[in-house]
Amino acid sequence: MKAFTRVTGAAIPFLEDDVNTDQIAPIGAGARMSEDYAQTLFRHRRRGADGAEIPDFVFNQPQFRNGAILVSGSNFGCGSSRESAVWTFLAIGVTCIIARSFADMYRENCLQNGILPITLSDALADTLEAAVVATNGAAPFTVDLVSQEITGPNGLHMTFEISAADRTRLLEGLDDIGLTMKHRTEIEAFEKKMTDMLPWSQRADASGL
Amino acid sequence: MGRSLFDKIWDAHVVCRRMDGRELLFIDRHITHELHAPHAFKKLKEAGRIVRRPDITFSALDHTPASTPGRDDTTNPEGKAFMDAVRAASRENNVRVFDLGDADHGISHVVGPEIGMVLPGATHAVPDSHACTVGGLGALAFGCGTTELEHVLATQVMALVHPKRMRVNLEGKIGALASAKDVALKVLSQIGVSGGRGHIIEFAGPVARALSIEGRLTLCNLTIEMGSRSGLVAPDDKTFEWLHGRPWAPKDAMWDRALAYWRTLPSDDDAAFEREVTVHCDGLQPQITWGTDPSQVIEVNGRAPDPTNLPSEQRAAVERALDYMGLQPGEKIAGLKVDRVFIGSCTNARLPDLREAAEIVRGQHVAEGVFALISAGSARVKREAEAIGLDKIFRDAGFVWGESACSMCAGANGDGGKAGERILSTTNRNFENRQGRGVRTHLVGPALAAAAAIAGKIVDVPQMKAGA
Ligand code: SF4
Repeated sequence: MKAFTRVTGAAIPFLEDDVNTDQIAPIGAGARMSEDYAQTLFRHRRRGADGAEIPDFVFNQPQFRNGAILVSGSNFGCGSSRESAVWTFLAIGVTCIIARSFADMYRENCLQNGILPITLSDALADTLEAAVVATNGAAPFTVDLVSQEITGPNGLHMTFEISAADRTRLLEGLDDIGLTMKHRTEIEAFEKKMTDMLPWSQRADASGL
Repeated sequence: MGRSLFDKIWDAHVVCRRMDGRELLFIDRHITHELHAPHAFKKLKEAGRIVRRPDITFSALDHTPASTPGRDDTTNPEGKAFMDAVRAASRENNVRVFDLGDADHGISHVVGPEIGMVLPGATHAVPDSHACTVGGLGALAFGCGTTELEHVLATQVMALVHPKRMRVNLEGKIGALASAKDVALKVLSQIGVSGGRGHIIEFAGPVARALSIEGRLTLCNLTIEMGSRSGLVAPDDKTFEWLHGRPWAPKDAMWDRALAYWRTLPSDDDAAFEREVTVHCDGLQPQITWGTDPSQVIEVNGRAPDPTNLPSEQRAAVERALDYMGLQPGEKIAGLKVDRVFIGSCTNARLPDLREAAEIVRGQHVAEGVFALISAGSARVKREAEAIGLDKIFRDAGFVWGESACSMCAGANGDGGKAGERILSTTNRNFENRQGRGVRTHLVGPALAAAAAIAGKIVDVPQMKAGA
């Protein structure tokens, strides 16, 4: 996984609550094995029924096309577990998402892909959102995971919280599977214990044991 | 301090604490599916890893196959690549595939319980948010993304942060026309789409107890819509009777041993929950979503909200939903013309759901201009329905009796509606464009869906009573 330390770039204001993954990465009849995720992102909202881009939609505005930081509302990424809803953002260069709250699985999918998910209190979110809207992509914002700071134009400065474990994992770009594999002997011992204690849990077939 | 059902399952499955503080939770049963698994299998292979426990790992083909009667691989040509990828990777890793034509084919969340693969007290993972369905049996399930899927394939554990506990007490006795779906929609209308975030929900109280096992599966299916990754109902005698004799369930002496263990699972009287909510369901009437998220729910006799009566911060979202759904503020929901009806999905396509719909359809005909499709949740459900003649009732009435698949629920197999069409759907998500661009989805239970197919419009409770 790619490590995350800091990002500087446009902050995209997408100030809606409960943005679901069906919106972010629609599936529908277009399911394909290899997909251009940049095109998938908000496909139905970016383009009209005739296929033409809707110029007003925030992700179509030139200053936000390759935005680095997304700012959104509460319960961001609810709905389906599809990881494509994270890959679509990576495809346009967004590596940090700041929201009032995240859906559980979506936050996990961000961490798995080196995207920094930041949850802000309502008070800080109010301040940041106002600054991001006012800036409208004209000046960059910076998010630094080492110092846990967000900075922006006109002296905007705030700090954010993140668990030490999630922070380390992102900073070092740790391979999650590799981390777990270190516990191989414990997993084997667990399986053995369960085979004795709850044998049916270790077999799945019609044998009846 | 007593322990909850969730605690008991969690504690029994924690392997150890990882160096970053996450707990490694052993997964007893793992089902992948073709839409999300190909990428994970590919990465697994690239990393030189193999499936650690192919004996408790399975692959479903549910999202992309066509539902067209008599379908095969080529009916939805887009699906074939996904299915072939999972077939090949599963073969390489000795993982059993519930392939098209297999007696146990179907939607993973329907097949797992019905064959007795997923059991009370078990942990379960699927790279799909509706893994939570099996909580209806008292199993603890986690939906996951593609990278987490790869993690489970390689290690058979998930690395999780300890969730919080929440209990939803369902009080009263629901009305005769209501079913589990209406209970779930009612809960959603009360706690909202993020009400369960960070928590595992236990559904308790007289309504949870009174529901059939299929009803509990329906209820738990919608836990993810409440923002919670998993929900469960304590197993009881009803659960055990339902499971006994299912093909993969333990047998004879092993059954007795399992049963003794399962009886220890329900929450202790003094178990603590970080959050507790009561939902009054007495006399509950059929519910329906009016908007574009599953918590925008009203009674079917009700009216869409009028945004002018709402606090300003809620107004924009409601206005947008009304606009998308083609509704006037305060408009009555009953009487709206319906273009399509879909009875299917991991929410509402088990045998009792089809029976409930058939009771209404029997001897009637689908209204002119309405396309009505039924896709049983699994090949087994389809067979059982045919054995008691339900297929004939539906076919005679003008329904399409489709093959089992996710079908119109997510539309990944090409099923769906056209822009502006109104669909009454027994599924779980009414998000914008989910069933096709510009399609207006109303989530309902099977009875209301069936009644709307016959009437050609959304019917209210008196009309349901008169028609049934
Ligand atoms: S039926 Fe719908 S909700 Fe269920 S697994 Fe399939 S796509 Fe997902």
